[in-house]
Amino acid sequence: MSSNENSEENLPSAQGEGEHGSVERADNPFADPGLPAHRPRVQDIDERAARRSERVVAFLFTLSMIATIAFIASYVAFPVDKIVYIFPIGHVSALNFSLGMTLGVALFCIGAGAVHWARTLMSDVETPADRHPIEADAETKAQVLADFKQGAEESGFGRRKLIRNTMFGAMAMVPLAGVMLLRDLGPLPEKKLRTTLWAKGKVLINMNTNEPLRPEDVAVGSLTFAMPEGLEEDAEDFQTQIAKAALMIVRIQPADIKDKQEREWAHEGIVAYSKICTHVGCPISLYEQQTHHVLCPCHQSTFDLSDGARVIFGPAGHALPQLRIGVNGEGNLEALGDFAEPVGPAFWERG
Amino acid sequence: MSTVTDSQRKAPAGERVADWADGRLGIYGLAKTNMRKIFPDHWSFMLGEICLYSFIIIILTGVYLTLFFHPSMNEVVYHGPYAPLQGVRMSEAYASTMNISFEIRGGLLIRQIHHWAALIFIAGMLVHMMRVFFTGAFRKPREVNWLFGFLLFMLGLFTGFTGYSLPDDLLSGTGVRFMEGVLLSVPVVGSYMAMFLYGGEFPGGDFVARFYSIHVLLLPGIMLGLLVAHLILVFYHKHTQFAGPGRTNKNVVGMPLLPVYMAKAGGFFFLVFGVIAVMAAVASINPIWAMGPYRPDQVSTGAQPDWYMGFSEGLVRIMPGWEINAWGHTLVLGVFIPIVIFPLVLVAIAVYPFIEAWVTGDKREHHILDRPRNVPTRTGVGVAWITLYLILLVGGGNDLWATHFHLSINAITWFVRIFMFVGPVLAFIFTKRWCLGLQRRDREKVLHGRESGVIKRLPHGEFVEIHQPLKPAEMHTLTAHEQYKPLEIGPSVDENGVERKVSPLQKLKAKLSKGYYGGESQIEKPTAQEHEEITSGHGHH
Repeated sequence: MSSNENSEENLPSAQGEGEHGSVERADNPFADPGLPAHRPRVQDIDERAARRSERVVAFLFTLSMIATIAFIASYVAFPVDKIVYIFPIGHVSALNFSLGMTLGVALFCIGAGAVHWARTLMSDVETPADRHPIEADAETKAQVLADFKQGAEESGFGRRKLIRNTMFGAMAMVPLAGVMLLRDLGPLPEKKLRTTLWAKGKVLINMNTNEPLRPEDVAVGSLTFAMPEGLEEDAEDFQTQIAKAALMIVRIQPADIKDKQEREWAHEGIVAYSKICTHVGCPISLYEQQTHHVLCPCHQSTFDLSDGARVIFGPAGHALPQLRIGVNGEGNLEALGDFAEPVGPAFWERG
Repeated sequence: MSTVTDSQRKAPAGERVADWADGRLGIYGLAKTNMRKIFPDHWSFMLGEICLYSFIIIILTGVYLTLFFHPSMNEVVYHGPYAPLQGVRMSEAYASTMNISFEIRGGLLIRQIHHWAALIFIAGMLVHMMRVFFTGAFRKPREVNWLFGFLLFMLGLFTGFTGYSLPDDLLSGTGVRFMEGVLLSVPVVGSYMAMFLYGGEFPGGDFVARFYSIHVLLLPGIMLGLLVAHLILVFYHKHTQFAGPGRTNKNVVGMPLLPVYMAKAGGFFFLVFGVIAVMAAVASINPIWAMGPYRPDQVSTGAQPDWYMGFSEGLVRIMPGWEINAWGHTLVLGVFIPIVIFPLVLVAIAVYPFIEAWVTGDKREHHILDRPRNVPTRTGVGVAWITLYLILLVGGGNDLWATHFHLSINAITWFVRIFMFVGPVLAFIFTKRWCLGLQRRDREKVLHGRESGVIKRLPHGEFVEIHQPLKPAEMHTLTAHEQYKPLEIGPSVDENGVERKVSPLQKLKAKLSKGYYGGESQIEKPTAQEHEEITSGHGHH
């Protein structure tokens, strides 16, 4: 291996090692001249300046005390909901502002006082301390290796293989209990990601009015959000259900719909698409009326709703799933089944 | 210790307490080595302190917040003082955060200190890491401490993410949903991971409580352990120092812990805390009331993670939406690739010290810091890494760049796609040349002295500028750095014409070594002989 290591001559010799000291100065203009002499500060030679520093430090500590009292006073004085105008910040909570400023001053002044004290009054003489190699000397190392060898021998670890092997087995297996316990962190995925609340005959409920949606409510250029009938906002699993079932509805002139299946699954140009982005699941909510593009505000995936909601820009990997809709006997829009494919982000089993 | 003569005099109270403790804890031995421990002084050495202090501030304020925060996703209807949300359904987590912000006196302040301190903590760690990187402080014997620091940085990212997800507001919920999409993209086990993290389908009713215990117990517990180990190693190794007169690899020059650094470092804690308190007083952060409670079917524009997650956001935004469907399965490369690159970008900087050590083959201890200019290749690599980080940060905010500067979002995305590869290369070349230029200037200064600005006219009419020779201390400082020679593989056939086997790894090492220390990668530092020739010669130029 030694040929693989850099030979010693590739390593530079550090400047000044073994050649330091002013003796060498005549030959080597770059030799280390040694620590410069300490230069006294004005406080070191002028007691009046030192007194001045003392007063500054004491003033800062006193200011901190006053600020703490002001903090307590603010806490008591300002109601929690009082809003005041403070230039140039604007309208802010009087309590938050006063507490923060007084606490800030109280803390900062302690720090400033301590640092000023250290810089002006404490000794600033720089002294060297020796470093010692981190690695142990050969004697210590030999001792440790011998101790280890003796300890290992006394344990019989190397000799009694049966003990060693069964111990490894036991140690390797016991963490399985912990892994097992994690099983009930959640259910298995099964088909959960493939289905939503939508089913044949479920009426589309307008999320703004909570009323069934009728074709005449949907104008060209508008964007409407809908949920399946029977889903209530105060339901236990509302969040989980709407995370999959959220639906957006737009109306496009049937002649402008480029995708054949989209036109068939629409009702008089009214198309219903999953609102959940196929990238990582943000709800898509920016609709461009003229082009029928929708944009996800999270990562800017852009879908063309007039062309099967295919991806035209951004990181999404596939088109938004379309919900097949029609009109029921009462003239309300209804689903003609669940989504044909899983909504939301793609996953391994999606296929 | 106590002898007859000792017990005859009555020790002062403080000493008796110390004696008591020493008899049980052995504190005198500890104090002997540490109380007057010497620390060198340089402004960049306080960056790590900022991290330490903001971590303490986060712990203090975090404990306060746990007194009022309810980590529960039970649904409640809001009836608090904030009028716009009255009657709105929300989780208890969100409602209790509203309570902290609007009803607990000082609650908003502590919340804002907590969040600002978290941002400063992670920013501080990044800058501190860069300081250590560019000065080569990670070299032996400090590689392990570099890894500890790196782990603290990584865990800090995830502690931050789990923390800002807790209020269950519309913005953070969007981030939690993003996390679901990321987990789902993992091949084979993705949907299982998502189900297990959320206790079922997203969002379910568990994630706030789970993130809570991760955020307040698991991650900070590990971080506290790492932090203590990090500090113990700083003490044990003794701090690095820059080259200078009297400062060698075998000593450390500075002032003692007691009293100077007790006062300076202790005072600095209060300075950091004070500044963060003022920030929390004047600058609002994460105003969850403006965003509203989380609903999976709602979102706002301009959604951004906290800054430290911005570069991973950038990776996700600029990635083309590749999906491979085959044999009934889907490989979601469009999400999975960025999420694999994200840790790799970080790991690249973490393993760098080991790569450099392998290239140099240097097994000595290094306690003298490099000036970045004297190690152009390393400095170039570091700047290239930062460039990548910043370009991806731009990608992570592509919508904000588009709206603020009236640019096309598509153009920005394409810019980032191209420049995440080109930018680091340009930055590397540019930085390396810059370093070499600075090295040349140092060399000039050492050999010819400093330009004094005084112009002298010689008797025959020529104008020359007078150069002032440098002081010995400066001469030493500017030439104290070490210069490696590039590794030579030697001829591929030996003198007998027998082919010598050179492993590809060895060839790579030689190539890297040339890149680091070859003629184009460092300027030979002046020798005493050169200096002698010039100073004894006639006239300056």
